[in-house]
Amino acid sequence: MDAKKMKYLCSAVVLTITGCADGSDAPKSAGTNAATPATTPAERRYARDPYPSTYRAYPGVPTVVRNVTILDGEGGRIDQGAALFADGKIVAVGASVDAPAGATVIDGTGKYLTPGIIDIHSHLGDYPSPAVRALSDGNEATGPVTADVWAEHSVWPQDPGFGRALANGGVTTLQILPGSANLFGGRSVVLKNVYARTTQAMKFPGAPYGLKMACGENPKRVYGGKGREPSTRMGNIAVDRQTWAKAQAYDRKWTKYEKDGGDAPDRDIGMDTLRGVLDGEILVQNHCYRADEMANVIDMSKEFGYHVTAFHHAVEAYKIADLLKQNGVCAAVWADWYGFKMESFDGIGENLALLQKAGTCAMIHSDDENGIQRLNQEVAKVLSSARHAGIAISDAVAWEWLSYNPAKALGIADRTGSLKPGKMADIVLWNGYPFSVYTRPEKVWVDGALLYDANDPKRRPVSDFELGLPGAGDVK
Amino acid sequence: MKALLLGVAALVALPAPIVAQTVAITGGTVAIGDGSAPIANGTVVFRDGRIVAAGQGVAVPAGARVIDARGKWVAAGLVAGFSDLGLLDANGVEESNDTSARTSPFAAGIDIAPAINPAAVMIGNERLGGVTRAIVTPSTGGSIFAGQGAVIDLGNDPDPVTRPRAFQFVELGEDGAQAAGGSRPAAYAMLRDAFAQAQDFRRNPASFGGREKDSLLKRGDATALLDVLDGKTRLLVHAERASDIRSVLTLKKDYPGIDPVLIGAAEGWMVARDIAAARVPVIAGALADLPAKFEMLAATESNVGRMEAAGVTVALSTVGANTAPGDHVVRQYAGNLVAISKIPGSSGLDWGHAFATISSGPAEAIGMGGEIGSLRPGRRADVVLWDGDPLELSSAPVAIYIDGREQPMTSRQTMLRDRYSTPSEGDLPKAYER
Repeated sequence: MDAKKMKYLCSAVVLTITGCADGSDAPKSAGTNAATPATTPAERRYARDPYPSTYRAYPGVPTVVRNVTILDGEGGRIDQGAALFADGKIVAVGASVDAPAGATVIDGTGKYLTPGIIDIHSHLGDYPSPAVRALSDGNEATGPVTADVWAEHSVWPQDPGFGRALANGGVTTLQILPGSANLFGGRSVVLKNVYARTTQAMKFPGAPYGLKMACGENPKRVYGGKGREPSTRMGNIAVDRQTWAKAQAYDRKWTKYEKDGGDAPDRDIGMDTLRGVLDGEILVQNHCYRADEMANVIDMSKEFGYHVTAFHHAVEAYKIADLLKQNGVCAAVWADWYGFKMESFDGIGENLALLQKAGTCAMIHSDDENGIQRLNQEVAKVLSSARHAGIAISDAVAWEWLSYNPAKALGIADRTGSLKPGKMADIVLWNGYPFSVYTRPEKVWVDGALLYDANDPKRRPVSDFELGLPGAGDVK
Repeated sequence: MKALLLGVAALVALPAPIVAQTVAITGGTVAIGDGSAPIANGTVVFRDGRIVAAGQGVAVPAGARVIDARGKWVAAGLVAGFSDLGLLDANGVEESNDTSARTSPFAAGIDIAPAINPAAVMIGNERLGGVTRAIVTPSTGGSIFAGQGAVIDLGNDPDPVTRPRAFQFVELGEDGAQAAGGSRPAAYAMLRDAFAQAQDFRRNPASFGGREKDSLLKRGDATALLDVLDGKTRLLVHAERASDIRSVLTLKKDYPGIDPVLIGAAEGWMVARDIAAARVPVIAGALADLPAKFEMLAATESNVGRMEAAGVTVALSTVGANTAPGDHVVRQYAGNLVAISKIPGSSGLDWGHAFATISSGPAEAIGMGGEIGSLRPGRRADVVLWDGDPLELSSAPVAIYIDGREQPMTSRQTMLRDRYSTPSEGDLPKAYER
């Protein structure tokens, strides 16, 4: 509408995720609390993965980076270290590594090597650039419960934002979520940040699905504005509970059928997703700003037997860091966003630092096509706020907020998110100290393939949309 | 530093103005804000709310209060180039938001100055981020003209307005098309008709209507636009596309008195020579590098560097950006422009020019460089003492002076932080912890 842009609608996700605070990588089954025993997903009599990943890693060359400062993503730091990766995987990380014959050797003097950044909250592709109505595909804002929609069916793989996030931001994996207009926004999709002709070919192989949920102002505003429930916070929870009750009944019916046979119950695509949540197979990513509302949602998850993996946009998480820790729920937050809506009024720059101090699982997120290009800087701001508040957090631990913790909250920490042998070679070489404003990615590898090189204009992606338009192929 | 902070606390407790006192800040790295490189071991002297001198070899006047800034930076306060500070308490809370008036019959005549609330909570928060002045701009409602913006200070006092009616703001790109009814030609028709009516009003005020229900221009709007046509107030024009920028530059031929300033200008680099030749300054959207709209397909972070290299006066702002982090984010923007100067093929800025884009740059763009935005003699004493490089993310202000007055170093945000440094309750509910 005008030159000032405010954005407070499109991002809202609630995930029921594995309790990442306990370090477990596998989705935690919520079945222990469930009213009925669940069938295992393997016993399902409908396709669980009808749109499978067709991603294939691009070829790379065995590469050694030497004399480089390494932040390994799991709190480890090696000064004057070295790393070897080959065949798409990390082979060795240490004070020195043996370079196989024919390996590319890079001198990292003055530079840093880190895991690729993982953004757990993005709308690239479903709210792409250009932000025209024809491409506005993030909110199915026609009903407060749309657990039936899947973000991957909205994602436009030609969004120029993917390339910016790679080249300027060092982002190698990202979760695309539906928006926050709805209480149940739909399924998320986890992508490798590698351009492809189809979204399926960007899908992170084997990553669990997420369910986006939202509490607070957005659902009540959107549906209150249409004169229907929910128009209040109590309406939000009421519709949530009614929906979970239906999901439990659906789960019971299908479980019985899968065990005992008989007439197949009717399929309900949305209920399939909620059933997946109740079985701990789909992770809840829950947009929720206010401390009191997060507490309500935690109780609701216990009432119905599921687990919230992470609260996103958890602006007030610092007020209940202890409660989140007790319940094994992560918080995904911005560094310093505040004051742009009522429920963000109490945002402070120390949020993430206070969560870390309390031992709560926490991470940075962007929710923004520009912010995703500077997540390392967002963490740098948190580190500054922490230091000025007397909270000591090392650079190596802070990098957990950028890769390992989001990997855990996405259920993919066994495959990426840290520089450990055997993991995907999703790696960024920074041209300096990565928590300085003056530093940028120099090279970015995804599964060992060099997909950005600041020194090579041919390793700079240009999406179909930009091709042939003003500025195509320019530095961005 | 501890002693310094104690001194600050004492000043907060004692509201007695120290404006008449001469203050000399010595030994720090001085950033003047005029594009010059930082000066090691410099001195900044101010008196009666104005800068006396800043730089190396500046004598400390007898009787001055001397503040030791060794190991620190002493910099011009930041100027937010395109802000809504003081016009709202929370952007999304409509009841608190005075930035635009969708159903008002008035447009160009709107004057935001009386609405500025110096107690707005964001002013205190952003001040602690080193922002000392802001160019506050209304947003458009039912017209391409948004009204007259103001320059404010962020001081902890009841008198925020530095210059009311400092400029007129108009939309002439996609946003202007929408405000005018749906097309760019309609926006230009609206602009030219409004200027023509304003001139009618000047020629014969008695016969000018402007009070009828269907009149396109009210008398107050006409008066405000005459100030624009006479060059008494600058015309801030939001335009992003290269062709839109060319059209704006052409306006000077038909209206030789106007003094335009470009806001946004994401494709400015494509017409940088034309902008420079027309001597039109730009308040740019800093790091815009996505084709967020069809009018900014060629957006690149190198835009500012390329325009500056072509001789354009460029400042930064949060225009077009997500404003949720607050205006203090401009220093991060400026730092990034230094960062890209190291990237092959990119055009960034050196440190001095990057810092100028968030200090003297915005001030110069609106014709107030002689008054605010730098530590040059005679300017208002807006001085921030940082514990490191002010463009670096690890730095924070340790003392802030606005008009020479020392400012509090606490905010609602620091109070929330302190209340929840331990999240669990103590002997009483959190509501009793202050």
